[in-house]
Amino acid sequence: MNAPRTLFDKIWDSHVVATETADTPAVLYIDLQLVHEVTSPQAFDMLREHGLKLRRPDRTLATLDHSTPTLPASADGERPYATPAAKAQVAQLEANCREFGVELHGWDSVERGIVHVIGPELGATQPGMTIVCGDSHTSTHGAFGALAFGIGTTEVGHVLATQCLLQRKPKTLAIHVDGKLPPGVGAKDLILHVIGKIGVNGGTGHVIEYRGAAIEALSMEARMTVCNMSIEAGARAGLIAPDETTFAWLKGRPRVPHGAAWDKAVAGWRGLKTDDGARYDREVRIDAREVKPTVTYGTHPGMAIAMDAPVPAAHDAIEQRALDYMQAAAGKPMQGTPVDVVFVGSCTNGRLPDLREAAHVLRGRRVAEGVRMLVVPGSEAVRRDAEAEGLHDVFRAAGAEWRMPGCSMCIAMNGDMAQPGQLVVSTSNRNFEGRQGKGARTVLASPATAAASAVAGVIADPRAYLAEEQAA
Amino acid sequence: MKPVTRIQSRTAVLADENIDTDRIIPARFLTTTTREGLGKVCFNDWRYLADGGDNPAFPLNALEARGCEILVAGHNFGCGSSREHAPWALLDYGIHAVLCSEIADIFRNNALKNGLLAIVVGAEEHRWLLDHPGVELVIDVRGQTIARPGADPIRFELEPFARHCLLEGVDQLGFLQQHGDAIAAYEQRMEKAA
Repeated sequence: MNAPRTLFDKIWDSHVVATETADTPAVLYIDLQLVHEVTSPQAFDMLREHGLKLRRPDRTLATLDHSTPTLPASADGERPYATPAAKAQVAQLEANCREFGVELHGWDSVERGIVHVIGPELGATQPGMTIVCGDSHTSTHGAFGALAFGIGTTEVGHVLATQCLLQRKPKTLAIHVDGKLPPGVGAKDLILHVIGKIGVNGGTGHVIEYRGAAIEALSMEARMTVCNMSIEAGARAGLIAPDETTFAWLKGRPRVPHGAAWDKAVAGWRGLKTDDGARYDREVRIDAREVKPTVTYGTHPGMAIAMDAPVPAAHDAIEQRALDYMQAAAGKPMQGTPVDVVFVGSCTNGRLPDLREAAHVLRGRRVAEGVRMLVVPGSEAVRRDAEAEGLHDVFRAAGAEWRMPGCSMCIAMNGDMAQPGQLVVSTSNRNFEGRQGKGARTVLASPATAAASAVAGVIADPRAYLAEEQAA
Repeated sequence: MKPVTRIQSRTAVLADENIDTDRIIPARFLTTTTREGLGKVCFNDWRYLADGGDNPAFPLNALEARGCEILVAGHNFGCGSSREHAPWALLDYGIHAVLCSEIADIFRNNALKNGLLAIVVGAEEHRWLLDHPGVELVIDVRGQTIARPGADPIRFELEPFARHCLLEGVDQLGFLQQHGDAIAAYEQRMEKAA
């Protein structure tokens, strides 16, 4: 009998083209490469410099998301790019996709969106695959039981040319989340709580497998939120074993098999789980019942605590610098901190259930005086679905801006950004210094917390709003 | 890539922990379509004042840090995004080696592929390096040692294939291409099974 294997081992083993030796890494086959405008131009240049073709156009899928404006084009069709460089970068990807025959979900596509939102929507993301992109949040696709990780531009070029990557086998880390999340507490609170526990480098060198009752109970969108932020703990990738929730979500999507081929695929996918007795290099246990609405208080995602808990005292000058930057006071909770900007969107929390969660809090309420709120759907499909439900009307009626899909203020390279000193409650993934604009202070939070904070004008517990509604 | 065998330089120190890729190069500079010229925006928002002048509080602006090719950084350097612009910017800025007690995976991979020595050293040696800014070091890639004055050389681990590529100036793409037949055979096997 074969030795028991982890989910990660199974995916890894089935993609090894050449085995790792002491002197050389493994040659690992990549089933799908996702491409966007920021990290690909130099990789396509590399193909040209070497006179190479794109090996598998059918395993390559491109979209525009990072440098793209979220405000509509003017009457003459001119798009409000932040800079001429941003416009040129988008034009470069369009030209590269034409030249090399890559399917591009560009401006004219009804499926355009953030790369980690549209991959799953199209069913391009499937269990058991290896998926890469020149983008660290590629870990998102691990929610489907795919081994998915971010790579640099040189490696993007390697995959374009050979459909393979040179990789040393990473270690495995199991994060067991037992119990059930309390009402009003969601996947974003959970993953911030996890990173707060294991640290911003707690996953370095590892692929995380999230498992346990609390994980199995999550929707696919919530699982994507969790896996998305694996990189914020330094992990190479995050994985969740596919199950009935996964299969039901994927069924009928454009790129998945149909008919008998679907049944055959699902039968294969059912084997994608960690065998009893398989060993991980490390294991961590988290009790879901302990998770509260969680926010960050410092300048990396590991500096996360329950919003009603006191901000911990700085251990050294470096932590003190982070608190000073955030204007956070040790001993005081983040709850109640005045808010300038609220951002709902990103590959972490820009999907339909995220927008519903925010709209649920905002319905019949107003964004507080002096607070600016941006709601940016993760894709055109999310935008269509949200508008069909009237969510855009809820946001607009509350005084929030309803934008076109894109990465927007998560990475602030398209002109959507906060001003120096402003405090942003953001559903995105990184609270690094200057991430949302030079001098901007980011507090990461769930969509419900973001919406509650927009209404209150200060960082607020969404459960108060949800409870009020139930009582009414 | 040019071979990288030995780096001799004084060190500059950025003691902050968790220096992320947004601090190394803010995202708004990622709209470039080339690899060149990013040195001038390396550490942009830390390095310059609002009026565009040098920030005297940024350690690498100090006169004694100018021209240093070896950066000693606080724990967990390079966390965050996969942007290869981070090592491109550091190299163009004149940094050819980063010494740290922990380096984020993707950054480290990207750095080594561009000939930027991203080297993890032990906690004690890291402490020593942080405490001795400006010290002259000799990094020997073949011997995997860092010579320092007045103390034992520091030994470091380097993934053997990355080391080989650095020493020989080999591009990893060539190695992958040698597996063309194996890749084609793999694809056929997978298509048959599907």
